[in-house]
Amino acid sequence: MKAGIALLLALIWLPLAGYVMFRPALGALAPYLLLPSIPAVILLYGIAVRSWRESRVAVFGVTLVCFWLLMAVTAPYLPLLDPNKPIAPFVAPGGIKHGVLFLLGSDMRGRDVLSRTLWGCQRVLVWGITATSVAYVVGAGFGLIAGYLGGWWDEFVSFAGNVLLSFPVMLLFILVLNLLGQSGFNIIIAVTCSSAPVIMRIVRGLALDARSRDYILAAQTRGEHPLWIMWVELLPNVRGPLIIDACLRLGYTTVAITTLTFLGLGLQPPDPDWGLMIKEAATAALLWKYSYMLIVPAVSVSSLILGFNLIADGTREMSLRD
Amino acid sequence: MRNLVVRRAIQMLLIMLTVSLLLFAIFDSDQFREKAAVAELGGFGIATLSADDYHEWLQKKGLNEPFLARYAQWLKAVAHGDLGRSVEKDVAVATLLKESLANTAILAFFVLLGLIPIALTLGVLAGMNEGSRLDRVISVAAVITTSIPQIATAVLLTVILALGLGWVPAKSAMTDGWSFRPLVLPLLTLLLYDIGYLVRMTRAAMTEVMASQYIRTAVLKGLPPWRVIMKHALRNALVVPVTLIFLELNGLLSQVVVVEVFFQYAGFGRMLFDAANFGDIQVLQAATLVAIAVAVVSQLLSDAAYTFLNPRVRFK
Repeated sequence: MKAGIALLLALIWLPLAGYVMFRPALGALAPYLLLPSIPAVILLYGIAVRSWRESRVAVFGVTLVCFWLLMAVTAPYLPLLDPNKPIAPFVAPGGIKHGVLFLLGSDMRGRDVLSRTLWGCQRVLVWGITATSVAYVVGAGFGLIAGYLGGWWDEFVSFAGNVLLSFPVMLLFILVLNLLGQSGFNIIIAVTCSSAPVIMRIVRGLALDARSRDYILAAQTRGEHPLWIMWVELLPNVRGPLIIDACLRLGYTTVAITTLTFLGLGLQPPDPDWGLMIKEAATAALLWKYSYMLIVPAVSVSSLILGFNLIADGTREMSLRD
Repeated sequence: MRNLVVRRAIQMLLIMLTVSLLLFAIFDSDQFREKAAVAELGGFGIATLSADDYHEWLQKKGLNEPFLARYAQWLKAVAHGDLGRSVEKDVAVATLLKESLANTAILAFFVLLGLIPIALTLGVLAGMNEGSRLDRVISVAAVITTSIPQIATAVLLTVILALGLGWVPAKSAMTDGWSFRPLVLPLLTLLLYDIGYLVRMTRAAMTEVMASQYIRTAVLKGLPPWRVIMKHALRNALVVPVTLIFLELNGLLSQVVVVEVFFQYAGFGRMLFDAANFGDIQVLQAATLVAIAVAVVSQLLSDAAYTFLNPRVRFK
């Protein structure tokens, strides 16, 4: 079961990440890459609904997140207009121009808003999930070291974490992205710098608490290697609170990516992106008549984050009930 | 209690020193230097900067001296209150900083004025009767407002209140004098998220207290409900929210960047953002120092408040 879920996640994430990050390098393979991910998303949705069925809140959250995942993997196969091709500017939602129907209207450069919104979720999801995972690996690694080994390791890691935490988050992003340049990979570094210390603190606390338990002592008496104890004995036992935090953190990262793109610090145009859509519409078409250009991406990004937050809430509720 | 605060203060001082060294190293990197050189020499971009011009500029600025010597010099200047001069606007950084901080302080004052009473009341009301209809309504509203990123809140509020109803101006640049109306949109944007967050935290603390044994004892003793809440529950339930309000000062410094840039409000966040984009290093450096000082002080205050309010920590 666990291996199956891991396989499904890999089946969704690997093609999607490859598609978004390295599309030019893929060549003729690109159009077929996402095909296996479509059944994987549907299957994942089924499993998720079953395992969270006790909490209505969580099921609603899972539905929102899986909807956007499905849109991300099916966008290339849906009958959408080209998201980067100017056709007819300022068409109101539902309007027809040049024989083309614009369900959600077109933006100031004449690109279809619906198609840009659906394509836009690819970038947010891929960079958001990747950045959060990297932050988790780094944060949990240092947290285990600090909590399990203790002593000078703990002092050093905790101090480094405190130094990073004393920066206001947005300031850290601005500094890192100005220093390293503006790209998706540097967003991963920036998010890791801001999130990993918090994750480190959580894991450290959990590890400190678990260290004195009997099963750890048993493993130590057996003569296991510290790395093995941390990975096999400690980590699975501190999993519960981490899943909740991971869902919340996916939401924070989504906010961060959208905001950074809005500020012009993150992912670069012209590919569609929700933060970019808000930025362009807010500078070029700030009128009641054209407010659909702002509302559509704003509601989309909010619904995705709401999904992550509801999963976290539902999981917490279920863990309290047990 | 005093010991604890003093220890934290020493720790903070150590962190400030490390951070200042780190910052100096960051701003000493070629990326930022080249940006500053372009800004000062008036080129079109880093690509047009010739190597000779750059080296001459480095020489003129005395940037070829050893790193640690310049760090000591810089630290001495900062300690004497000399923060340098803005290249972009050609005024002393201290003046620029004072004006923008005052503008942001106004914003922060109104945010706290609205946040504290509203969030604490709603949180306590929701936590008092867990599972009641009022609790459900408040909780759902809080989840939704904390899920909408501030950039989206800003957009939606602008569309409804400024573009649709026309009640308030869409931008808050305030080019002709200060007034309250342009402040409404940035304020509401900041408030919506922060209220939702604080309500959730207050509610969680309150439900935990309400489920405890001593509250049950108080109720079974036959005390009137308002007395149980006011005298017994609130004192313990408000410890965490109060410390969070201090930490909120730190969060506000991040949040104002987005809000001030979107609404073009001439505050601290916007100054920081503009300086980073323009390569105005002196301004960026000073602003970063201030931001970190605020963050560190707010953490210290929050720790002190926690120690003061929570007797279990005090007497340890």
